[in-house]
Amino acid sequence: MTPPVSSLRPDLAAIARHVAPGSRVLDIGCGDGALMAELEAASGCDARGMELDGALVERCVSRGLSVVQGDANLDLANYPDKAFDYAILSQTLQTATRPDLILDELLRVGRRAFVSFPNFAHWRTRTALLFGGRMPVTRALPVSWYETQNIHHVTVEDFRDLARMKGATIERAWFFANGMEIGAPGANWRAEFAVFELSR
Amino acid sequence: MNVAPLSNVYHIPNPLPLDSGQVLEAAQIAYETYGELAPDKGNAVLVCHALTGDQYLASPHPITGKPGWWERMVGPGKPIDTNRHFVICANVIGSCMGSSGPASLAPDGAPYAMRFPVITIRDMVRGLVALLDGLGIDRLHAVVGGSMGGMQALSLAANWPERAARVLVIASTARHSAQNIAFHEVGRQAIMADPAWAEGDYYAADAKPDNGLAVARMAAHITYLSEAGLTEKFGRRLQDREAKGFGFDAEFQVESYLRYQGSGFTRRFDANSYLYITRAMDYFDIAEEHGGKLATAFAGTQARFCLVSFDTDWLYPTAESRHIVHALNAAGAKVSFVELSAPHGHDSFLLEHDQLDRVVKGFVE
Repeated sequence: MTPPVSSLRPDLAAIARHVAPGSRVLDIGCGDGALMAELEAASGCDARGMELDGALVERCVSRGLSVVQGDANLDLANYPDKAFDYAILSQTLQTATRPDLILDELLRVGRRAFVSFPNFAHWRTRTALLFGGRMPVTRALPVSWYETQNIHHVTVEDFRDLARMKGATIERAWFFANGMEIGAPGANWRAEFAVFELSR
Repeated sequence: MNVAPLSNVYHIPNPLPLDSGQVLEAAQIAYETYGELAPDKGNAVLVCHALTGDQYLASPHPITGKPGWWERMVGPGKPIDTNRHFVICANVIGSCMGSSGPASLAPDGAPYAMRFPVITIRDMVRGLVALLDGLGIDRLHAVVGGSMGGMQALSLAANWPERAARVLVIASTARHSAQNIAFHEVGRQAIMADPAWAEGDYYAADAKPDNGLAVARMAAHITYLSEAGLTEKFGRRLQDREAKGFGFDAEFQVESYLRYQGSGFTRRFDANSYLYITRAMDYFDIAEEHGGKLATAFAGTQARFCLVSFDTDWLYPTAESRHIVHALNAAGAKVSFVELSAPHGHDSFLLEHDQLDRVVKGFVE
């Protein structure tokens, strides 16, 4: 296990560790720009961001990051093919109108893509649904079904299937539980979060 | 009108070529500066003014005595910090605050009036670039502008891409829409319908086309505000009266306000300049200048861009900024964009707005 980079969320830290220095990066759903700032400062990357929430965009721009207020469902279309070495979609896939189309766009604009998401097949989610009989509210998925932005819940195995269907190669994958990286075996049960690196 | 300019004046040494094919001989640019130019001349920020703006960015206006038009944004410790940056603001060609325009004297000693060549936004920027040459500034730390100022910033970035490292465009557009042109045409027709306009030849006359210019300003002023803003400020309240008068005085507060805006404007602005500058804005279409494709205008640019729009701005709505952002993305440019929420429509960029301050500071720093 590698120690986390700075104070980044574990999935972002994993991505930050594996982006080659000096790369051109597009972070889709970049939030407050924590990953972008890390990539620019520590790896000398040329990082660009896209974020839907105007207040977060303002925070990014006021810290000197290049972030566009935009909707991943609509605004990726304007980027040329392979404009970036990496396209990153962290914790956003499950909020997309059409995750499959977003994945296509990621693999179009980036030579490689990083995708991270909460794993709906984690044992906590399964037991909450199995025994509680209600949509799970867990540490990884803390918001009730009626107000969550997660409209397309996905599991590790679902994502592997989608990648296969899209003709994407899974280059690497990382899994996390309790804020720590865990091994791949049994990840569909054990992982709260997953990060995949893809190419096509 | 007709003020002895208090500003610095730069005499452009060479004839200025114009998009119309004409040239402007002996053109001059009036400008103000704030802060100190660094020895390496790397800290210059050019702020471009809007249609009826001028070079009095952060210092009192010599005619109205009012504070500079962006004093809340530019100054020591302000978002555009004059302790760090050398800030330049120049009156555009075609205007009337000391730079060459229709009120200036032609070589024959009489005012140009309508003999002044029709200019474009790019021609204004040619004048600004000439000024930068005169000041020995090869590359601006940033060019900044709102509304028509944003058009100049975009034009500089598209046509002189090596001249600015950062380009900040607020509440602006890459082209004038049919609606934009339509409103400007109302203004121009108001001026030209005023008998005192006299085909533009009024400089020696007692009467100026103030009535027409005031109406032009009133119509334009509405486009700078939002319906919600007008309702909040005036509603249907009456001005200095208890009941409707069944006449045509300025009975409503909003009428009185617009008349005040219109007449105040005529004290500081030349009607012919209004014709020329609105025409320049109407001609503005950066894509058209670059083979019809906006992304082509910015191909290969190394500058960083930031675009800001306001959700209640219906003059240059967010879609116009987004259109520019998409072109910049297609060109691979480094771009930021945010739509800010503000109740006051297009004019929001001139008003108190903490988020705007933070974005400007973060981007220009």
